[in-house]
Amino acid sequence: MRLLAACFLFVGAACSPQTTQREPDFPIEASLRVSGSSFLTPETVAQQNDDFENPGYLWVERGADLFEQGETSCEGCHKNGLEGVATHYPAFDTGTQTLVNLEGRINLCRTRHQGLTALPYESDQLLSLTAFVAEQSRGLPISVEVTPQTQSAFESGGAYFMTRRGQLNLACTQCHDDNWGKQLRGDTISQGHSNGFPAYRFEWEDFGSLHRRLHDCDTGVRAEPMELGSQTYIDLEFYLAVRASGLELESPGIRR
Amino acid sequence: MTTIRLSVPETADRGEIIELRAMIQHEMESGFRFGSRGEMIPQDIITKFECFYNGTLVFSSDFHPGVAANPILKFYARANESGSFEFVWTDQNGQSWSDSAQIEVS
Repeated sequence: MRLLAACFLFVGAACSPQTTQREPDFPIEASLRVSGSSFLTPETVAQQNDDFENPGYLWVERGADLFEQGETSCEGCHKNGLEGVATHYPAFDTGTQTLVNLEGRINLCRTRHQGLTALPYESDQLLSLTAFVAEQSRGLPISVEVTPQTQSAFESGGAYFMTRRGQLNLACTQCHDDNWGKQLRGDTISQGHSNGFPAYRFEWEDFGSLHRRLHDCDTGVRAEPMELGSQTYIDLEFYLAVRASGLELESPGIRR
Repeated sequence: MTTIRLSVPETADRGEIIELRAMIQHEMESGFRFGSRGEMIPQDIITKFECFYNGTLVFSSDFHPGVAANPILKFYARANESGSFEFVWTDQNGQSWSDSAQIEVS
C-alpha cells in the first residue's frame, strides 16, 4: 500500500497545473494495451461488427426513437448529432462540480434543459439513450485525460482498482494487469478495458452498462458491490477510461 | 415495447436468391432457471416464427427453451415478384408480434 501511495503522489506531481499533461503510468504500457474484443472468438467479433446481427442495436434503435421524442427533445438542441462526444466521458461538470459519466450527463440534460425527471440507472430508457449516444463515437479513440479538477477522482478510481477486496481477496489489477492473456478456466483473462460498454453480454443475454459489469466483477470476487451510478464506480470508470485512452470505442460491444 | 429489426433488400432481380434477416427483442426465459430466492422463474418463450411473402408462407421455425434471448434468424428466399415480406413471432400464450418490409423486383 505504501508503494501505491508513492505511485499516486508521483502521478499527482506530474499533473499539477503548471506542468504539461503527461499520461499517467499504468502497469500495462500503452503499446501493449488491447481491446476486450481481442480476447473474443472471431465469430463474436464478426457479430459485434455487423450492424444488424449485433443485438446491442436493439437498444441503439430505441435510443434513437427516444432522442427525437417529446416537446423538448434531445434532437432539438443536438441537431448535428453527437459524434465523438462519448469518447470524452466521464468528464467534469462545472455546474455540479462533480465528475459525471455519459449516463449522468444525459440525466443532467433532462433535469437542466428538458424539464424532465432523471431516469433510473440501468433503466431501459437510460441504457437505450446511452447506447445511441455512444454508438455515434463507434470506432473513434477514447480520449480522456486527467486534469487538476479530476485528479482526485482518478486517484480514488485507481485505488479501487488496486485494492484487494472480497472473500477471494483479489484486486482488479491482479487479473487485468498482471495476468491478462492467461486462462482462467475456459476464459482468457482480458485487460479489463471499458471501451465496449454499454455492451451486450452473453452471460446476461442482455444489454448493460459498465457499472453493471463492475457490479458483477465485485460479486465475482465475493465483495460487497457498490450501487450502480455511485461516485465510487464513476471514479473507477474514469480511471478505466484514462487507462483505455487510445483504444477504439466499440459500444455497442459484445462481450462474454 | 418489443423492438423488431429486419434486413430485407429493397430491390432484387427476378429469380434472385435473397438473404433475409430478422431479430426480435425477447427474453426467451427457459423456465429452467431459479431466482435469487430459489423460486422458479416461469417459462416465457416465443414458440413459432413465420415469414410470409405476399401472403404465402415461405419459412417457418419452432423455437424451444434452448434458444437464446433476442433470437436472430437468417434465411433465404427467391425473389419472384414485388411485394412485402411479413415476419410474425408468436409466443407460448398466443401473443404475437409482426413487422413487414417491402421489396421491388425487376
